[in-house]
Amino acid sequence: MKTQLLVGTSKGLVIFKCIDKRWSIEAVQFEGLPVSLVYVDDRSHTWWLGISHRHWGEKLHYSNDEGKTWLEAALPSYQNYYYKKSIPAALKRIWVMQHAGKDRPQGLWLGTEPGGLFYSDDNGKNFHLIESLWNHPSRTDETQWFGAGKDYPFIHSIVLDPHNSNHLYIGISCAGIFETNDAGQSWQARNKGLKAAYLPNPSAEMGHDPHRVLMCSKNTSVIWQQNHCGIFRTENCGAVWNDVSGTDGFPLYGFALAIDEENENVAWVIPAQSDEDRTPPGLKLTVCKTEDCGKSWQSKTKGLPSGLSFDLVLRHSFVRKNNILCFGSTNGNLYASEDHGESWHELSKNLASVLHLAFS
Amino acid sequence: MAKIKFTSALTRFFPNLTEMEIQGSTVKEALLNVEKNCPGILNYLIEDNGQLRKHVNIFLGDELIKDRQTLKDEVSSKDELLVFQALSGG
Repeated sequence: MKTQLLVGTSKGLVIFKCIDKRWSIEAVQFEGLPVSLVYVDDRSHTWWLGISHRHWGEKLHYSNDEGKTWLEAALPSYQNYYYKKSIPAALKRIWVMQHAGKDRPQGLWLGTEPGGLFYSDDNGKNFHLIESLWNHPSRTDETQWFGAGKDYPFIHSIVLDPHNSNHLYIGISCAGIFETNDAGQSWQARNKGLKAAYLPNPSAEMGHDPHRVLMCSKNTSVIWQQNHCGIFRTENCGAVWNDVSGTDGFPLYGFALAIDEENENVAWVIPAQSDEDRTPPGLKLTVCKTEDCGKSWQSKTKGLPSGLSFDLVLRHSFVRKNNILCFGSTNGNLYASEDHGESWHELSKNLASVLHLAFS
Repeated sequence: MAKIKFTSALTRFFPNLTEMEIQGSTVKEALLNVEKNCPGILNYLIEDNGQLRKHVNIFLGDELIKDRQTLKDEVSSKDELLVFQALSGG
């Protein structure tokens, strides 16, 4: 059985294929361009790419034939919207795409910087801003929504309830988690239990920095997040989050998160030293796995470099499909595991910075 | 009519893009007319709030345009415009 891995890098799209655990590079496309988003719509098998041109702005491309040919798509636009009073908004980056469910076959969600959520009901021909979120009173309060490592807040996670397409969560850095039960008409903050150690009040309702948010599809009341201030898990749909970071502070900080969507107890993270260093703790690249809801974490380093490593794995550069996990680093290293993350092997150490991964 | 030239980097995305004569009394009007000949190019040059993209430059003669926000620099029929990307490393 063939599996394809789309690797968005700072210098192009690299397509790997895996047949019977044998990996090889199938194609390189958009050579030289920063491919900052890759998304496979598993309803239609449409491939989507976001390109963050250094000069020409954000662009979206799609392919209906698994990358043989590409077309440029319409862009979400902030025209006539204001970021703050008298400051016109402009699209800075497209961070994440998510289909809107099988009962909305033409529906697509887009999360962007500077904090706008967009929706298309015609499969990407047009996108419109979700005004209910844009006009949320918290958004224009600089103590509640603000940039983290970027000039503006950005929506990097869109979590669709697989059993109810009206029900979504979004993750915003920095603001936190918001939930809708009416397909985006209204939003409720879901940040109780999170910590924002960089704020005067770490338990503030807003201003949190979730780095990556994933839902267990078998038990949708369980959601995990790798946050700036730890690893958190909820068992009650975000009503309360529990800190499941390592008891000795490892793992704690990082960006990358993968979960077992069939087993609510299992998750993997790839820790980083701190928000100042952003290197592997002890300069040793490590994947941490829990099988008991985060009560304990085990380091899984078999097959990873035994020497010094400066690899940082970004939030969209760690993916799982069945028993295969893959991650890529900003150093251009790419690793895979075919045994649920127990051991790893190198797919490449010569890529450009890995920005986004997706399985096809 | 004024002339407008483009950096060769844009031909990757617009293969038929060449120097052209263009109508328009301001830079914005000129670019809107370029868009008619080359649909989609405006989005490569201008942000959705109407200002010139940060790393795009437009020369009017030998001078950079002054109004990057609303592109109202005046253009005469004898002028030559050059659209160029700002240099950057990496």
